[in-house]
Amino acid sequence: MNFTLSNRARSITLGTMILGALATVAGVMGDHSDHHQHSWASLLVNGFFFFGISLGALFFFALQNATETAWTVLLKRVYEGIYSYLPIGAVVIVVIMAAGSLHMHHLYHWMDHTLYHEYMVGEGHEAEYVDEAVQGAVANPNYDALIANKKAYLNQPFFWLRTLLYLGVFIGFARWFRKQSLQMDTETGESLVKRVLLNYRRSALFLVFFAVFSSTLAWDWIMSIDTHWFSTLFGWYTFAGMWVSAMITAVILVLYLKRKGYLPQVNNSHIQDMGKWVFAVSFLWSYLYFSQFMLIWYSNIPEEITYFQQRINEHPVLLWSVFFINFAVPMVLLMSRDAKRNPRFLIGVGTVIFIGHWLDVNMMVMPGSVGHDFHGIGLLEIGMFLMFLGLFLYTVLNALTKAPLTVVNHPYLEESVHHQI
Amino acid sequence: MANKVIYAVYEDPEQLKDGARKLVSSGVKVKDVYSPFPVHGLDPIIGIKRTRLGIAAFMYGIGGTSLAVLGITYFMIWDWPMNIGGKPSQALYKNIPAFIPVIFEFTVLCAAHGMAITYMIRNKTLPGMPARNPDPRTTDDKFIIEVRTADNHGHSAETITSLLRTTPVFEINERQY
Repeated sequence: MNFTLSNRARSITLGTMILGALATVAGVMGDHSDHHQHSWASLLVNGFFFFGISLGALFFFALQNATETAWTVLLKRVYEGIYSYLPIGAVVIVVIMAAGSLHMHHLYHWMDHTLYHEYMVGEGHEAEYVDEAVQGAVANPNYDALIANKKAYLNQPFFWLRTLLYLGVFIGFARWFRKQSLQMDTETGESLVKRVLLNYRRSALFLVFFAVFSSTLAWDWIMSIDTHWFSTLFGWYTFAGMWVSAMITAVILVLYLKRKGYLPQVNNSHIQDMGKWVFAVSFLWSYLYFSQFMLIWYSNIPEEITYFQQRINEHPVLLWSVFFINFAVPMVLLMSRDAKRNPRFLIGVGTVIFIGHWLDVNMMVMPGSVGHDFHGIGLLEIGMFLMFLGLFLYTVLNALTKAPLTVVNHPYLEESVHHQI
Repeated sequence: MANKVIYAVYEDPEQLKDGARKLVSSGVKVKDVYSPFPVHGLDPIIGIKRTRLGIAAFMYGIGGTSLAVLGITYFMIWDWPMNIGGKPSQALYKNIPAFIPVIFEFTVLCAAHGMAITYMIRNKTLPGMPARNPDPRTTDDKFIIEVRTADNHGHSAETITSLLRTTPVFEINERQY
């Protein structure tokens, strides 16, 4: 059965997008930060958050293939729908990075080339930056030894190579998986089994790429905002946030589709297991978040503690509510079996955690890039969020109309239909 | 008439589920099922109530958390105040991040051990307890439905046996007890 986008859903998603766009315009006009830094940072928050959701869905999809999991086969198309947003998310990321390279904003302090040279000859815009004390050279006041030491990794050509490589690999795999999945609907017997095995191998290959790229992309796009600071856990923590947001999106989407009368074969056990994923990955996130915080708090050394000091001093409510919402809420409310089988409850709690993770991305990006111009969640943040949410939902729902909502011939389909826990 | 116990042996869990379904729909009460591994979806068929082990585990977990907090407050704050990472704050709420790993570990320890021991006591399978399965083959590749005539006054052993014969049963054993 194919999903058809109802006029109501279409007008709600597009309406959210337009409402968000209007609020964003008002917010950008009220943004008096240097180079509209605040607007760019907000674009990065939402661009990255929704890109992360579709990437999380792609990861989970590949994980199910690589582990040959049967029960999610019925839900395959939902994950395909979520990762269909990947190219749009990638365009937003590229626009933000390109604007950074063109010095339209200074989210990435390290993109300033003057930081890397110890000496300069001449003054002002005419100045020439050199590494050695040549004739007539004076000390460069902009020189930053810490950043200069990172030059082997943090330089624009390598940064762009990495960014394009991540996006190319992700989108390439996403398109390939989607094509294969549609192909499987038309096949049976020997050729179908062969294709499933091929998908199994390719998914494992994707996971190898993803294991490296999910960490490095978090360093490149998010952690490098606070250029002087680094945390080896940061990549996993960002990845856990992406993953849980994707799991929430998937379960809410499935419940919406079920309510509209689609996916009749999805039963309570599927819903409970999807709820379990939200619960489990929330714990993964909490574990990583706390591990990062505790080690930095315990050792208390200046170059590390500044990251949390700034956030705790300037945005205590936001920082603690992120941890409370994303840890305590799922722990207390999603622990029991009945909670995970109650659609309304699951949607309610899921929405709260979803917003919690969006706030978390705000806390990652805003203090380091906007600093004192960031006064908590305002019109700009909410507008940008609604705009992206509308766009994301519209893209995903639209992608769901393109193919039958459940796969037709998958070898594990029967097992998935009879999933019972 | 002496009470009888009937053991219907199956070779496949799905066939066993079909057999159990047939018995229950004819009003026969199934005493128990023995299988080498947990059979999904069997519990609602033979009318086994949902386990309360999860609730027990939660209690043990909460107990572990409380004990750990209590212990650590006594050891590290009250009895011998510790200087945590150069922060001699000596207050539980200020030092709590340093204690979380211990509290977490102790919670898991209590929940896991409590759950395992409860499970073994409840099933009478503590080390050294006599085995209760009627047929050693249920630990290998056979699945057995146990029906007692004492539970089924409306049915004679013969009608139950003939009912079982209509299902793909591997063998039927009867025993007096």
